[in-house]
Amino acid sequence: MAKRFDIKDLNIYYGKFHAVNSVNLAVPPRNVTAFIGPSGCGKSTVLRSLNRMHEVIPGARVEGKVLLDGEDIYASNVDPVEVRRTIGMVFQRPNPFPTMSIKDNVVAGLRLAGVKNKKQLDDVAERSLRGANLWNEVKDRLDKPGGGLSGGQQQRLCIARAIAVQPDVLLMDEPCSALDPISTLAIEDLITELKKEYTIVIVTHNMQQAARVSDQTAFFNLLGVGQPGQLIEVDDTEKIFSNPSQKATEDYISGRFG
Amino acid sequence: MTATLTDPNRPAQTPAFQKISGARQFKNYLAMSLMGLAFVVAVIPLVWLLVTVVVSGYEALVNADWWSKSLKGVLPEQFTGGVYHALYGSIVQAVVCAVIAVPIGILAAVYLVEYGNNSRFARITTFMVDILSGVPSIVAALFVFALWVTTLGFETSAFAVSLALVLLMLPVVVRSTEEMLRLVPDELREASYALGVPKWKTIVKIVLPTALSGIVTGVMLATARVMGETAPVLVLVGYSRSINFDVFGGNMASLPLLIYNELLNPEEAGQLRVWGAALTLILLIMFFNLVATLISRFSAIKTK
Repeated sequence: MAKRFDIKDLNIYYGKFHAVNSVNLAVPPRNVTAFIGPSGCGKSTVLRSLNRMHEVIPGARVEGKVLLDGEDIYASNVDPVEVRRTIGMVFQRPNPFPTMSIKDNVVAGLRLAGVKNKKQLDDVAERSLRGANLWNEVKDRLDKPGGGLSGGQQQRLCIARAIAVQPDVLLMDEPCSALDPISTLAIEDLITELKKEYTIVIVTHNMQQAARVSDQTAFFNLLGVGQPGQLIEVDDTEKIFSNPSQKATEDYISGRFG
Repeated sequence: MTATLTDPNRPAQTPAFQKISGARQFKNYLAMSLMGLAFVVAVIPLVWLLVTVVVSGYEALVNADWWSKSLKGVLPEQFTGGVYHALYGSIVQAVVCAVIAVPIGILAAVYLVEYGNNSRFARITTFMVDILSGVPSIVAALFVFALWVTTLGFETSAFAVSLALVLLMLPVVVRSTEEMLRLVPDELREASYALGVPKWKTIVKIVLPTALSGIVTGVMLATARVMGETAPVLVLVGYSRSINFDVFGGNMASLPLLIYNELLNPEEAGQLRVWGAALTLILLIMFFNLVATLISRFSAIKTK
């Protein structure tokens, strides 16, 4: 199930604009890696390049290698659709499919991949909703629209949807930034549980959150306006927040800028 | 710390808030009157038209024969017969037109929104659609006449009318569908891609269902609109006073064509038929609009 990422000399461009410069990073399996850094420093861009999601933006391209258990996801014979099936993603704003019921949302990935067996779909729906700590809240209204849930519930629905296709890795792009503290806590607890089975990479603006949920933290920064974003430092979360080796990291986590 | 300013039991001598000034009240009154006037001016002709048509035409409609009989063998001065043949023609010509125009229009809109990426070809397509929406119906009719009848050698028929209507309906369908597809948030497309769903399946299973209600409404309104087109039926098909079920051959009546022909009838019965057919056409289009509203309400996205 869980796989490891090795990012080697990754450069990301939007057309002529050099967005991210030479990232080298290893993400171990069954582990939470947090990306922190000021807005516009390229952490979301790096995250989206990990499942080739940034390719939906015209003109986006990468140089370098992203190895998933040694296999380059950018190799010329790799289908991006397969990559995304293996590497799931949860977005900043909850985005359940508005035309579908709660249950249909959860099993959307399987159903659109052609799974028709009703028993199997029901089982997956229940298992995924339990996995996302949402089952008890929605089990009596599985056929109601997903859009009727609260923001925090919708986000957990999106996590259930993402884990229903049993990905190897789960990418989370500021999953709690649109949520209240209670819902945030629910999602953070969930991340700690999901870690047992999945490799998780999370982008967050909330440094307490990074400190609470992650095992490893990567700090990104901009060297200047118009310059590409850089990976400044990556280390165990404990070390980053207590004794970072770079001055910029220390300034950022102590709130001196950004 | 001065207690007089913070103690709520002892309000300051002069109130902090004044009432609305006279100048602002006047401006508000003026703006409201202008808006009310504009509304009345817009509604008067509509109500006037409806009242005139209903008063002059309802007599024809209350006769059961109006809905079930044609004008076959009916003399100009006779008050018998009906518009069944024209009603059939209007509906069939519009439906045949929709069957051709809707798939092309929706596919073109999907191309423009999902695949076009503002490329040169997409921009040219948009430009052409804009031009097409400005083509007068008589020009569309003459074009089909030149192509279908003169060049390809087919006879004038209801189908030729439908072809001309396609030219008029297509830009409306493309435009309305395009707008509806652009309203679908990109987050939904991304959510679908992130599940490992291919692009075409994302469009078919996520994007189109999300926009369905708006697309259906647009199609129904476009269909209703082409039903009233007169130039194509004048140019491309002959009038018939009896029923013709054959779309590909022979003369076929439609409501606008019947109105035009009965206008040439100086008898009182002819006048009544003109008003009756006009009212029937309005009712038919209203019926289509009503169905569009119902479908869009029925297929609208629910949150509860």
